[in-house]
Amino acid sequence: MRDLDVELLWWEGCPSTDKARAAVQDALRDLGLDGTPVRMREIRTDDDALKTGFVGSPTILIEGVDLVPAAADERIGLSCRVYRRRDGRVSPVPDPDDLREALRHAAERTEVKP
Amino acid sequence: MTLSIGEVAPDFSLLDTEGRRWSVAHYDGAPATVVVFTCNHCPYALAWHDRIVDVAREYAGRGVRVLAVNANDADRYPRDSFDAMKDRVAREDWPMPYLHDATQEVAREYGAKVTPDVFVLDAEGRLRYRGAPDADYDNPRERAEWLRDALDAVLSGSILGRPETKPVGCSIKWKQ
Repeated sequence: MRDLDVELLWWEGCPSTDKARAAVQDALRDLGLDGTPVRMREIRTDDDALKTGFVGSPTILIEGVDLVPAAADERIGLSCRVYRRRDGRVSPVPDPDDLREALRHAAERTEVKP
Repeated sequence: MTLSIGEVAPDFSLLDTEGRRWSVAHYDGAPATVVVFTCNHCPYALAWHDRIVDVAREYAGRGVRVLAVNANDADRYPRDSFDAMKDRVAREDWPMPYLHDATQEVAREYGAKVTPDVFVLDAEGRLRYRGAPDADYDNPRERAEWLRDALDAVLSGSILGRPETKPVGCSIKWKQ
């Protein structure tokens, strides 16, 4: 048994990092995965973005997979990411339900410890 | 450089997506002008957009003019290019002109930091409010209340209790 691998890629040009981290931690808590560490990785330069395929801040990787796969018009680079809530609203952070669902599926697939 | 409350805002001459030229010169008779630095790609600007549009529509009858300005570096952020601005206005129903600050001089002169960054000028072109449209990008029920409060104060000649708030959004993408 191991922890789920959750990583949050962030860029200082967007003020949504704290909110995104809190949303991930809330979702983990809702699923009984409170102790799961959320690794924070700062993307500082265009070169960093290129190396990681970073399409905007925040990007949340669960088991190495982007919570929301990049859309065709999202370019790699230092930018703030546009998410859509389930009700259609634009948001700088993912919908909490999408986050919980992705974490739940990943936990089931990887049989992580609750 | 940052524009301070009470200072006369620098005038500018910028083209909108329809090819019309706009300025903030006070002699055109508008009792209030809103200059909002915004863009196409920032989630904060997009989240607040409909509320700013509502303000533009609702206050137009009282002579208020709203000017949206995009100053982002389009070379690094093609979604903020002039062509992308034109496409967006053509797709959406904008009650306000969308101006292109290609040299970024206007954004620098105003001291704009993020998108959206709202500046409310009175009839004399003096800065009366600068900051966010309201307290929460994530809550449409906020209705851009800080912007509305500023406009109501300017239009009624009263003193605004909250002339400055912290603008919240994506940093303006300066040319490197």
